[in-house]
Amino acid sequence: MVGRAAVRLSRLVFAWPGQERAVIRISSFSLAPGEQVFLSGPSGSGKSTLLALIGGILRPRSGSVTVNGVCLHSLGGWARDAFRGDEIGFIFQQFNLIPYLSILENVLIPCHFSRKRRLRAKEAAGSPLRAAHRLLERLDLAPDLWNRQVTRLSVGQQQRVAAARALMGGPSLLIADEPTSSLDADRREGFLRLLLRECREAGAGLLFVSHDRSLAEAFPVRLEFTEINEAATG
Amino acid sequence: MRRFFYLLRLSGQSAWNRRGTLALVVFSVALSTALLLGIERVRGQARESFRQSVSGTDLVVGARGSPLQLMLYAIFHLGGATSEISWDSARRIAERSEVAWSIPLALGDSHQGYPVVATTPAFFQRYSYRRGESLRFAQGEPFRDLYDLVVGAEAAKNLGYRPGSVLTLAHGSGAGKLAEHTDKPFAVTGVLRPTGTPVDRSLYISLEAMEAIHLDWQGGAPVPGFQVRADQARKFNLEPKRVTALLLGLKNRGRVFALQRQVNDYPGEALMGVMPGVAMDQLWTMIGAGERVLLLVSLLVTVTGLMGLAAAILAGLGERRRELAILRSAGAGPLDIVLLLACEGLLLMSCGILAGTAALALLIAGLGPVLADRYGIALYLSPPVAREWAILGGILLAGFLAGLIPAFRAYRLSLADGLTVST
Repeated sequence: MVGRAAVRLSRLVFAWPGQERAVIRISSFSLAPGEQVFLSGPSGSGKSTLLALIGGILRPRSGSVTVNGVCLHSLGGWARDAFRGDEIGFIFQQFNLIPYLSILENVLIPCHFSRKRRLRAKEAAGSPLRAAHRLLERLDLAPDLWNRQVTRLSVGQQQRVAAARALMGGPSLLIADEPTSSLDADRREGFLRLLLRECREAGAGLLFVSHDRSLAEAFPVRLEFTEINEAATG
Repeated sequence: MRRFFYLLRLSGQSAWNRRGTLALVVFSVALSTALLLGIERVRGQARESFRQSVSGTDLVVGARGSPLQLMLYAIFHLGGATSEISWDSARRIAERSEVAWSIPLALGDSHQGYPVVATTPAFFQRYSYRRGESLRFAQGEPFRDLYDLVVGAEAAKNLGYRPGSVLTLAHGSGAGKLAEHTDKPFAVTGVLRPTGTPVDRSLYISLEAMEAIHLDWQGGAPVPGFQVRADQARKFNLEPKRVTALLLGLKNRGRVFALQRQVNDYPGEALMGVMPGVAMDQLWTMIGAGERVLLLVSLLVTVTGLMGLAAAILAGLGERRRELAILRSAGAGPLDIVLLLACEGLLLMSCGILAGTAALALLIAGLGPVLADRYGIALYLSPPVAREWAILGGILLAGFLAGLIPAFRAYRLSLADGLTVST
């Protein structure tokens, strides 16, 4: 039975095409709805590969990936793209924003590609625009910045805009891949606190990947990637 | 649909963000468009004005022989002289009931390399060219007196003639030293406006004048010991004996085939009737090879322009991989990426085509009057005709297809890159 976990991996095996050796071998992993998980591990250990598998960018050799109750391999290529757009928000290390769009337009992108997220934003705030305003305000981005070019923002502000976009339209899962690595130490904690609070508020699960273990304390669930990935040890 | 418009807007904003580079692409597309369209327009109008050199004439009658040679000689005053027809036959045909009007033409003499054409005053009323435009005088009026002469626009300009100028004619045509009819000088009474037809390069006298200057000539040389003074010539019977060709206008165009048959079967003299439209088309296919080369060259320029467009978008892809990956991570599928780039190509093409068409229109509006006035080349500012719409559509389509090259490259890149933004 497939439960309504935000993410469930079972007997997942992945190897790059043409290679024998699996880089990912996870017998079981799950992330409950709204759960916040810190996944740490050295760079190059295959964390990003795992995120691509959960995002439906890569297809496993065997086993299954289930996001919000939907088994990804049951979906075709188009449907997988659409599903990712509906259910998953991404934040990367840096350069998350489209340089020629304003802050507000950047935050609104998911609503243009996903009807579900547009409808959810409408339901939550009356309109996608109002939802974007609310998110930006909660992430400490003042209204006088909203129509500004993103290139004028500090890196910290840019990451908060990226977080707002990822949260836009209430996806069931946020995947954050080293989102704090380009921030300096004292901004990291502020960003993390805001991100955790907003995910909690929105009821979205959060899979936070970082090599920086000093951030782990803020998370109720902490996992070592090399521990869940059997391929790494063998 | 909503998604398509978003992608269209997005591609517009993205292109605007890179406007420095893309302006060059638009410029090259505009240049290609203007060139292709301009050449097509000049080509079309050159062909049209060539075809229409004798518009309104239904049948050209001459001595039996090559129809093309008759057209070349009688209308364009080029090539070898054809045999002449007797004035008697010409008059009989002209007097037939189905004939509305007739213009006899007699060639042979020249002035400073410009052909001299002997005709009747009907020429100035009936001869029409292009879309039924008739001849108009820039200065003066048709010939009235025996030794009057009318000059075409180009000849008048190059030789500096205006009403009142006096000149003598040379016997025969071609290069080298020609015998002059020095004893019978002509006075210019009128100068014609430019027409863009052979009329511009011709001089016109009456048939009687042609007869008068040859009274004391025989076999291409003055008869020794026999001279008729200019004023004496007026007393002779100056009715022409032979003419080169006869242009006919019919009351009912439908009768032209019947009349042509009758002319071809004319008893007593070997005559030939030629329908100008058909002969002109044949001539054009012979001399029109150059214009096809021109068109080919401009087509190649256009292809080069489109390749430039594809190359510029392709070159830009490298630095846009991140942008595309961001869109993918925010829910855009690979097909959205293809559409985004295709939109960009289409947008650039549209801008280029619009700019090129506008530039050409400005050029025609600015230069058209000058060209028509100086050279008789008529370039009208008019909305595109079907053929030009087809060309514009063709350029747009070709540009769209060229834009698909980077679009599919982007598709493959975005599949390979996935969401990994960090590079």
